[in-house]
Amino acid sequence: MENFQYILPEIFISVSIMIFLLVGVFKKNSATLIYNLSNISLIILLALIINLSSLDTIYLFNESYLIDNLSNYMKIILVGSGIFVMLTGSKYIQVINLNKIEYPILILSSILGMMIMISSNDLIVFYMGLELQSLALYVLASFNRDNLLSTESGLKYFVLSALSSGLLLYGCSLTYGFSESTNFDQILINSTEFNYGTTFGIVFILVGLAFKISAVPFHMWAPDVYQGSPTSVTLFFAILPKIAALSVFIKFLYTPFANMNDQWQTIIVFISIASMIFGAVAAIGQKNLKRLIAYSSISHMGYALAGLATVSNQGIQSSITYISIYLVMNLAFFSCLFMLKRNDKYYENIEDLSGLSKKHPILSFSLLIVLFSLAGIPPLAGFFAKFYVFLAVIEQSMYFLAIVGLLATVVAAFYYLRIIKIIYFDPEKDEYEKSHNLGLKITLAISTIFILAYFIYPSGITEIVSKITMI
Amino acid sequence: MNFPILSSLILLPSIGALFILFSKSSSGKYQSAKYVSLFISLANFLLSIYLWYIFDKNSVDFQFVENREWLSGFINYKVGIDGISILFVILTTFITPICIISVNATITNRLKDFLIAILIMETFMIGVFCSLDLVVFYLFFEAGLIPMFLIIGIWGGERRVYSAFKFFLYTLLGSVLMLVAIISIYWITGTTDVEKLYELGIKAEYQNLLWLAFFSSFAVKTPMWPVHTWLPDAHVEAPTVGSVLLAAILLKMAGYGFIRFSIGLFPIASENFTMLVYILSLIAIIYTSLVALMQEDMKKLIAYSSVAHMGFVTLGIFTMTQQGIEGSIFQMISHGLVSAALFLSVGVVYERHHTRLINKYGGLVSIMPRYAIVFMVFTLGALGLPGTTGFIGEFLILMGAFEKNILVAMIASLGVILGAAYMLWLFKRVVFGEINNQELKSMKDLKTFEIITLSALVIPIIFFGFYPEPLMNSIETSVENTLNMYNFDLINNLASKD
Repeated sequence: MENFQYILPEIFISVSIMIFLLVGVFKKNSATLIYNLSNISLIILLALIINLSSLDTIYLFNESYLIDNLSNYMKIILVGSGIFVMLTGSKYIQVINLNKIEYPILILSSILGMMIMISSNDLIVFYMGLELQSLALYVLASFNRDNLLSTESGLKYFVLSALSSGLLLYGCSLTYGFSESTNFDQILINSTEFNYGTTFGIVFILVGLAFKISAVPFHMWAPDVYQGSPTSVTLFFAILPKIAALSVFIKFLYTPFANMNDQWQTIIVFISIASMIFGAVAAIGQKNLKRLIAYSSISHMGYALAGLATVSNQGIQSSITYISIYLVMNLAFFSCLFMLKRNDKYYENIEDLSGLSKKHPILSFSLLIVLFSLAGIPPLAGFFAKFYVFLAVIEQSMYFLAIVGLLATVVAAFYYLRIIKIIYFDPEKDEYEKSHNLGLKITLAISTIFILAYFIYPSGITEIVSKITMI
Repeated sequence: MNFPILSSLILLPSIGALFILFSKSSSGKYQSAKYVSLFISLANFLLSIYLWYIFDKNSVDFQFVENREWLSGFINYKVGIDGISILFVILTTFITPICIISVNATITNRLKDFLIAILIMETFMIGVFCSLDLVVFYLFFEAGLIPMFLIIGIWGGERRVYSAFKFFLYTLLGSVLMLVAIISIYWITGTTDVEKLYELGIKAEYQNLLWLAFFSSFAVKTPMWPVHTWLPDAHVEAPTVGSVLLAAILLKMAGYGFIRFSIGLFPIASENFTMLVYILSLIAIIYTSLVALMQEDMKKLIAYSSVAHMGFVTLGIFTMTQQGIEGSIFQMISHGLVSAALFLSVGVVYERHHTRLINKYGGLVSIMPRYAIVFMVFTLGALGLPGTTGFIGEFLILMGAFEKNILVAMIASLGVILGAAYMLWLFKRVVFGEINNQELKSMKDLKTFEIITLSALVIPIIFFGFYPEPLMNSIETSVENTLNMYNFDLINNLASKD
């Protein structure tokens, strides 16, 4: 029983989900109440996780559950960004009539699933967490059920994700079959010798994970799902599953398959390069901002994976730093998107931004900062994210990866510049509403200032992340 | 010296920009914004003059060095100046207030944003010339793209979007390879601190590739033939003040980079690639001079002349002689003043007549006599007449070139003649001749603020043309030191081969 104090956050959030469900069933019109309660419970959850984060590595439940620096940090940014996602989306779901009790509950269950994924140290526990988060995400994607695009995106995501889960499961079973264990550490011990079975297992598992992180060539679902889902869900998609999947990526590559790095390194390098190039090139022709950010996130995941391909602690840390900065940039970008509202209608095409800077100078300035940061121009935070990754990549003398990655940033810069051009250089259109709810404004202010002022004290995140060592 | 004078120089304009950002303007005329920015930039100029005054010209070391922990464990924020960089800092702080005064005439919409952009730009430009760490340098070098992109794109002419994109993407493409090189240097030597790198040196086997990576960035920024094509577009479409900043200071970043990094860090590679630079420089000098001859747009003509002048600069730097490098630095300062002045002069008539086509002008001497005089001084400065700064720079560069390679020097000398040809022809067509266009007659001569800005540029061009000693004094020791290190490294390398 003494183990339970370490898993208190997970227990707390599970109990909250059940209570909220009961409240939602028995109390009429309680959607807003539950939404706010969920947000509060996320804040308490964050406090509970931070409370545990001072502890050393702890194995729980027959070593199938692991709490260490990596899982703590990932959970903190996961739940932290979850809070902001809830804050920014609250007005949006009211306006488009999605304020139902299921919405916050699904988000909470998906976060619970991700927390389990992040902490898992066993194939079965990992798969359990993965399915919990995926099932919640299928429903969330099609949450706007009267909308054709939303239903399509839900279905598409479900079919493709189920396929990838199948592949993943097949990989897990192969790994289990050849290494005689489901425990990550045990797999590591048992897989010292090369055999094709485990290699196949690795390939299938990586395919499944690459799907979850929307890396090329398993990215096909991302643009449609991003565009079709309600914007608040898109924001959720863009950040939280990526954090969880990246941390599982790190875990798989550097715990059970650490000895096989000559097997998986090429795969990761390929996925990374393909994502960087494809994301950059495909985004050029997009007209819808949500679709564009889908391609942009594909290429950003390419950079995050480039750090993992290095097989070094420096690389892992750079990936984690990258995803931390990436999530802040996405929060800022989507906050701006939520502000493009006129007469209870949200606008999400690039043309709708035309001439925004004349009537909305502050909003445009934030977008300017965010877009230049996404493009990786110094001295904004996005540059440092890329800088850390390339620092790690070049340390391992992987010059090809570095040069391709940096050339892809030039291509990517083009489409970010195109949005800036439309905001700043093009003729103006009608004014958007200027009053926004407090949560949205705070999120935008915090994230923009973070991006803008990151260069003043860049070692903040690095110091925290440097505690995470896998090798 | 505990007061962080260089950081103050770097940060002051940004603080001013913040002030302007939060200041409320009454009646939409932005008077307060104008005065705040002018005050800030003048204060910065005085501070840099004071810096020059207390600067020890006989020391070979970097002075006013500040070294703070920044990216913990990797990179320190390190700034410092020597005799070379201080001149560029002063050039920057001198040109900025002139730009801000001239803003009056050229910018009508969103003046406040424009002033903020200029001040932020000044921060980045000073930062480039002060930084003593490669990463810090890269940060400032690249960051300048953002305000310049906006200056061209928001306040530019008809094809501003195309030009802004071209400018941004060309420069970015050149620079990303430099980033790879900088990170590689970090892993090869364990530091990106320039002073330490000078001491440690970089192994000969790495130098060629690293040099090429840096070169790709500097060549675009200089700009050297054949990657110069962004410059005419950017110049033509940018507002007058944008062109002034671009020509006077942004182009000098690359020349400065060549001296500080290419020669300083990779002497062996610099020696290997000397011929490449010579050839590219000569093509730039001859070819772009010929192109300039045929231009019908005044700004485009001056833009091409900038490419030719920068060709002289790169040629001079890679002669690796005391005269050549000193001449290049002098030429850069001179070109900074002269090209700024020429763009302002074009701005003066453009603002009155709204065209930059040369054949729409003619006979301005009888309508605008004062303008004709200052324009003449700048023209002569640009073609390098003795008694102006242009002459001293070109003369020293050619002297250096003769010492190394007579053929190169002879071809380069042709460029001087061509330079005189296109500048004098421009002057003849615009200022002399009959007044063909009756609309020209209504044009007014220079206004007070134009007299202030243009004469502020006339004075140093003539003064330093006759008496270059103060500038030469400042750079002499540092250039000598750079060359000593260079030769020392070369000899060591030869010795290690034997």
